[in-house]
Amino acid sequence: MQVTLKILRFDPAKHEKPTWQTYQVEAEPWDRVLDLLHKVKADQDGTLAFRRSCGHGICGSDAMLINGRNRLACKTLVKDLGSLITVEPIRGLPVEKDLVVDMEPFFVAYRAVKPYLINDEPPPARERLQSPEERERFDHGTKCILCASCTTSCPVFWVNGTYLGPAAIVQAHRFIFDSRDRGKRERFKALGSGSGVWRCRTAYNCTEACPREIPVTQLIEEVKRAILFDRF
Amino acid sequence: MAHRHEVIVVGAGGAGLATALYAAREGADVAVVSKLYPTRSHTGAAQGGIGAALGNVEEDHWEWHMFDTIKGGDYLTDQDAAEVFAKEVIEAVLELEHMGLPFDRLPNGRIAQRRFGGHTKDWGKAPVHRAAHAADRTGHMILQTLYQQCVKHNITFYNEFHVTDVIVEDGVAKGLVAYELATGELHLFQAKAIVIASGGFGRIYKVTSNAYTLTGDLQAILYRKGLPLEDMEFYQFHPTGLYPLGILLTEGARGEGGILRNALGERFMERYAPTIKDLAPRDMVSRAMYLEVREGRGVGPKKDHVLLDLTHLPPEVIEKKLPDITEFSRIYLGVDPLKEPVPVMPTAHYAMGGIPTTLWGQVIKDEKNTAVPGLYAAGEAACVSLHGANRLGTNSLGDLVVFGRRAGIHAARFARDADYHELTEAHLGESRERIERIKASTGKEKVAVLRAELQQTMMDNASVFRTGELLAKQVEILKELMDRYRHISIEDKGEVYNTELVEALELGYLLEVAEALVHSALNRTESRGAHAREDYPERDDQNWLKHTLAYKVADGKVAFRYKPVVLGRFEPKARTY
Repeated sequence: MQVTLKILRFDPAKHEKPTWQTYQVEAEPWDRVLDLLHKVKADQDGTLAFRRSCGHGICGSDAMLINGRNRLACKTLVKDLGSLITVEPIRGLPVEKDLVVDMEPFFVAYRAVKPYLINDEPPPARERLQSPEERERFDHGTKCILCASCTTSCPVFWVNGTYLGPAAIVQAHRFIFDSRDRGKRERFKALGSGSGVWRCRTAYNCTEACPREIPVTQLIEEVKRAILFDRF
Repeated sequence: MAHRHEVIVVGAGGAGLATALYAAREGADVAVVSKLYPTRSHTGAAQGGIGAALGNVEEDHWEWHMFDTIKGGDYLTDQDAAEVFAKEVIEAVLELEHMGLPFDRLPNGRIAQRRFGGHTKDWGKAPVHRAAHAADRTGHMILQTLYQQCVKHNITFYNEFHVTDVIVEDGVAKGLVAYELATGELHLFQAKAIVIASGGFGRIYKVTSNAYTLTGDLQAILYRKGLPLEDMEFYQFHPTGLYPLGILLTEGARGEGGILRNALGERFMERYAPTIKDLAPRDMVSRAMYLEVREGRGVGPKKDHVLLDLTHLPPEVIEKKLPDITEFSRIYLGVDPLKEPVPVMPTAHYAMGGIPTTLWGQVIKDEKNTAVPGLYAAGEAACVSLHGANRLGTNSLGDLVVFGRRAGIHAARFARDADYHELTEAHLGESRERIERIKASTGKEKVAVLRAELQQTMMDNASVFRTGELLAKQVEILKELMDRYRHISIEDKGEVYNTELVEALELGYLLEVAEALVHSALNRTESRGAHAREDYPERDDQNWLKHTLAYKVADGKVAFRYKPVVLGRFEPKARTY
C-alpha cells in the first residue's frame, strides 16, 4: 500500500522553525513506522535524523509523536494507523534536529530523585530476602525504559520544564516501594518540593502514552500518598 | 576539544557499566563514552536470565556450571576462564541483588531460577534450574541497575559520542578520538587505561536479534590497526527468533516448558538431543531447525520456519514469566502465544569471537598472550575465551558482570601507577580525513544498498551451515563490497546529528568484521560448536583444538596465528545431549 508520511523537519543550520515535509512510501500493513523512516532515509532523503537502537520496544530510543500520540516508532504498525501518518518529535524538550530532542533535561529530573537503591546496612553473605509479594509491589516501575513518552505527553511539563515529570516519579516509586530500600525520606525532599509530585494534575496523558503499559498516573498517586502518610 | 580521565570505557552496555562501576569503586576517575544514551544499549534486550549455581531451587555446583560451559563451547572454551567465571558469577549475581536488581523471587524470599539450554545437573544428566531472572527482561534490569549505580557514583558520561579511533603507539594505548553526534566535533580523549566494551556486530547479517547500532565498530578499529581478532568464525544463531523479523524470543520460554514443533506437529528435538531435547545448546537446536526445514518439514506457505509451542503451559506462567515475548508475538505477528504456536527461525545473535584478552581483560596482541599496556576489553566485544565455539544461554550476562568487573578493577589499578601520554591535534587527523572523505565523495554507491547486500550474502554464505565453496564466494563478494565502499556518498553534509555519516562509518566496520569472520571460517576445516562446515562435518581435535587469531594484512588479505586452548580437568569428549 501507498502511505503518505508527513514528517516535521528541523535543521538548525537551515530552518528558523520546523517545517512539514511529505514523502510517499510503499509499505506493508505489518511494517513498523520505524521501517518507513528507514525507507525514507535510504531512498529519498539521507538527511533525515532520528534515533533508534533495538527496534523492538526495549531501548526507548525512538519515542516520537505519531498521529498526535507519543509512541515508539518500532512498536507502531502501519496497519493501526492507515495511509496518512504524521511524525513529530516528542514535545517539551529542545529539538536538536528533525526527530532528535535534547534528553538532558529529562535525565536531570531522573537524577534528582536518586534513582538507585539506598541501603547502608551491610548486605548479608547471600541475597537480601524479599517475598514475591514484596517484589510484585514495585514491578510496574521496573518496566520503565526511560523513553520519555510519559513526561513529554504531560501538559504540566510542557508549561513548566522544572516539573520532575512522570518518568522520574515512576523511578522514585520503584525504590520507595522496594522493601530493601531505606532512602525514601531523601527522595521525598525532591518529590515533595515545588517541582515535585504536587504539580501533577492527574491528566492521565502519561498513562496513555506509556509504551510499556505502566499505570503511571496511579504510581504518581501512590507516591503522593506515601509522602502524606510519611508526614502524619 | 580535549578530555582526560584515568580510565575511559567505550560502550555503556552491561559490560561497560560494570567496568566503569568497579573501576570507580577502586578509586579511579572514570568516564564512559557511548554512541547511545546508556540505557539504550543492547544488554537491555537480553531476556531470559543470568546463570549462576546459587542452588536456590535445587542442588547445583559451580563445577557443574563450569563443565556445562566447557562442553557447551565444544571444548574450545579456555578452562581457566570457565573456572573463574563459574565461581565468580555467583558472587556477581549476589552483588547485583545487593545493588537493587529486582530479581523474581521464590516463596522463601530467595532469587528465583529457571532452566536454560545446556545447563545441567550431574554432568549432563538433566536440565537444572540455574538462570536467575527478572521476568523476561533480565538484561533490562541489569542495565538499569548498573546505570543507577553509575549515577550514584557520579561517573562521567559522554553520551552519543561515536569513537572513531583508538590511539595505540609504541605498543601502548594512549587515548581515543570520538565524534560528537550533536555538534559534529571531534574530541580527543587522553586516558591511562581504555576499556573496550562496545558489544557485538549482529548487523552483518540480515536476520538478527541485534540492535541497529551493533556494528562491530571497535573490533574493526583495532583490527585495522593490526591487532588480532580471536575465533571470529564462531557466530551464534539463537534458535528462536520471531519469524521473519528475527526479534529474540528467550530460551527461557523453552526453560519454562515450551516445545519446538515442525509442520507435522512433531517435537523434533527428541531426535537430535534425546536427553535434554528442546533445552539442548543453541548451535544444536539451530542446526536441527534448519535440517527440519531442509527436509521439507517446515511450516508456512514457504515451509521455511518452525513453531514454538507454549499453548500447553498455564496462562499465568506465560503472562507472568514471559510477558515481553508474549507482547512481541502479539504486536509484530498478531499471534497470541496463549492460543497458538509462534513462528520462529534462528536469528543471528552473539559473537563468541572478538578482541582477545587475558582473564583480567587485558587486550593481547599475539599467541603468547602479550598484553597491550593500558588496553582492555570486556563483554561481547571481547573473547576471553569463555564461550568457546558456542555460548550457553545466560552466560553472556554472567560474562559481562564477571569480566567487566575484572577489567574495571585491573584497569583502575593499572591507571594508579601509570602516567598520561602526550596527545596532539595530529591524532585527530586520521578520523577527520575519513569523515571529510565520506562527506566530499561524489561516488554513486549508497550505504543502504551495500549494507543490504552484505547482510543478505552473509546470510546465504556464512550463517548456520557453511561450505568451503560458499565461504570462498563470500570472500570475493566482500572484496567487491569493500571496493564499492570507497565510492559511497552521502547527502547530509551537516554537522548536527549527521546520522547518515555515522551509518556510513558503521558500514565500513561491518565490512571489516565480516572479512575477519569469513576468512576465519574458510580457514577452519572442521565443524565445532556454531561453526558447521558441511564439507568437514567432524570435529577435529587433532588439528583444530586451538584458537584462531586473525590479522588484517591488507583489504581482502588475512593472516592467521593460533593459540592453544587452555585445557584442564575436563578432557575433550564427543558432545552429545
